[in-house]
Amino acid sequence: MEDEQSFSDIYGGRLALQRRCYSPSCLEFCLSCPRITLRSLTAVTCTVWLAAYGLFTLCENSMILSAAIFITLLGLLGYLHFVKIDHETLLIIDSLGIQMTSSYASGKESTTFIEMGEVKDVVINEAIYMQKVIYYLCILLKDPVEPHGISQVVPLFQSAKPRLDCLIEVYRSCQDILAHQRATSTSP
Amino acid sequence: MVLKAFFPTCCASADSGLLVGRWVPEQSSAVVLAVVHFPFIPIQVKELLAQVQQASQVGVTVLGTWCHRRQEPEESLGHFLEGLGAIFSHKPWFQLCRERGSKSWSCKATHWQGPTSHAASGEDQVMLIFYDQRKVLLSQLHPPAVLPDRQAGDTTASAGGLAAVFDTVARSEALFQSDRFDEGPVRLSHWQSEGVEASILVELAKWAAGPVCLLLACLLSLVSAASACRVFKLWPLSFIWSKLSTCEQLRHRLEQLTLIFSTRKAKNPAQLMRKANMLVSVLLDVALGLMLLSWLHRKDLIGQLADALIPVADHVAKELQHLLQWLMGAPAGLKMNRALDQVLGRFFLYHIHLWISYIHLMSPFIERILWHVGLSACLGLTVALSILSDIIALLTFHIYCFYVYGARLYCLKIHGLSSLWRLFRGKKWNVLRQRVDSCSYDLDQLFIGTLLFTILVFLLPTTALYYLVFTLLRLLVVTVQGLIHLLVDLINSLPLYSLGLRLCRPYRLAAGVKFRVLEHETGRPLRLLMQVSIACILPCSSKGLREPG
Repeated sequence: MEDEQSFSDIYGGRLALQRRCYSPSCLEFCLSCPRITLRSLTAVTCTVWLAAYGLFTLCENSMILSAAIFITLLGLLGYLHFVKIDHETLLIIDSLGIQMTSSYASGKESTTFIEMGEVKDVVINEAIYMQKVIYYLCILLKDPVEPHGISQVVPLFQSAKPRLDCLIEVYRSCQDILAHQRATSTSP
Repeated sequence: MVLKAFFPTCCASADSGLLVGRWVPEQSSAVVLAVVHFPFIPIQVKELLAQVQQASQVGVTVLGTWCHRRQEPEESLGHFLEGLGAIFSHKPWFQLCRERGSKSWSCKATHWQGPTSHAASGEDQVMLIFYDQRKVLLSQLHPPAVLPDRQAGDTTASAGGLAAVFDTVARSEALFQSDRFDEGPVRLSHWQSEGVEASILVELAKWAAGPVCLLLACLLSLVSAASACRVFKLWPLSFIWSKLSTCEQLRHRLEQLTLIFSTRKAKNPAQLMRKANMLVSVLLDVALGLMLLSWLHRKDLIGQLADALIPVADHVAKELQHLLQWLMGAPAGLKMNRALDQVLGRFFLYHIHLWISYIHLMSPFIERILWHVGLSACLGLTVALSILSDIIALLTFHIYCFYVYGARLYCLKIHGLSSLWRLFRGKKWNVLRQRVDSCSYDLDQLFIGTLLFTILVFLLPTTALYYLVFTLLRLLVVTVQGLIHLLVDLINSLPLYSLGLRLCRPYRLAAGVKFRVLEHETGRPLRLLMQVSIACILPCSSKGLREPG
């Protein structure tokens, strides 16, 4: 069962939330970030090349122009491979765990898996981010030493940064599964 | 209630048979380790499982049936498989089924109530998780090996979550020893059924490692005992040893070699990785040292170096003399105190003259010494670099001496100035109370104090300039030595084995798992693929299934 909705992030950019329900115990949320626009790409390239041309007219060395081309290419490749995140996925499997995947624009994927036994709860927190106060969804991990304590807070959707309405959708579904998991785990 | 069944990917194409593995009740999951094929005799299967259970302390049982069939279901096979549930009773009983050539799987888990109440048996939802046995075994995500004096029961209970799955797979090595070419009573399918993986070189190395380690450990203990004897602890020798960086490097290498060749086995993968890193860095060091040696000998660089050393030392001495002449004149337009200038300048010039004479005395022996030093490169490039750093320190000993003289003079002057400045203002340092107190001086004390104060103040620029110049020279030498030591530390501590593993066999450095949902059809069980994910270079801890968020 698949279902797509449109939300916005904290800066006003458009996000698409895709929800896939494989089974009552397995749910996947895929949040797509705004793509890199042609306008910004052209602007950066023009700035770099104008600066290189300016230096060239000063120094009369054609190596500067080739260097500028290389820098632009390498910078773009590096940006796509290490910085620009295309979409973030949250996979919740009842009684197994929660997995977060970030896919970069170049296709690279980085995954983190947290076992269900370590998850205490999934909550929406507030945070001060630059000059704003934003909401973010996070997973609270159990402390092995203290039964009621929290050892770590793992924030979700850090690059997409959706607003509260999107977070509430994800939060409700997560809580359904966690409640189901708690009910079945306490039963013998 | 959702049950989980961990199924090895290598058995997905195996023929129909029985599922053999372990049931973990705390996780409600069944870990399938192998498939037993038809035809089999139940008694023999039970004997094999009892043997494996005794050898590996893992509760291996028959978990259910596996059916890999064509499109048309065969009725007789279906009834036969159900009948097997009565022979090998296990709660819950799994019935996995796959149609040949298609991707549709079906899985049922029944709680067998008894032969009469067949209709009342409950069925649960099952989630299939595929895993690669070879990768899971080789990635060492399981907890470290249990100590022999502990009971088998309580260790399995303490390993929670997915660690229990990895632990099960890792400890069932006894089940994976036979392949399909063996003529045993029972035919098994698992990751090694196409042929047990082994390497002749690895086996030979393991066999030879024991006696070699013993021999080398004895030799190394002899060497360390010899170096720890009382003769070397006497005052002049121990002072020299502590100052030379070569001795430091040799001691470090000796410690590392003792650790590598010690006869105790590494307790966990992290220690094993550390030992492997040390061994690879020692080998690389020796290889680079031998390359350096062959390069030096090929071009006869030692002779050229020995011939060039004396002129270089002379040149350095000449430059220092020019510098001192410049300081004795009017350096940078500053006006110095002529008398003090001449005294200090002449003192340092005489020092340089002595130094040059000593170097010239040593010149016939330089080539011999350098040749022996070059031989030490076969102990490793780091040793050669440390010796180079020590030679630089010895050759620039006069700069060090100048720095010490300049610093001492300057220090004395500053102390004198501060104390006389206090006297000038009518104050005194109270040693008992560690503070500055007022004090009433006599007139003649004040007179002499002020006189000395003015003398010291007017001599300050000269001393300060000499101090500054020689400190800068000393800094230059220290920078060069520091760069050499940095290179030595880099060779010592770079984890090359881990880097190589990261490039060639990344699954050995696993730090967790990741799941992928495979094609899903409604009505069929949910299928997931569990893959080992690589995160970082350093080896993971035993509980490293979670990465820091």
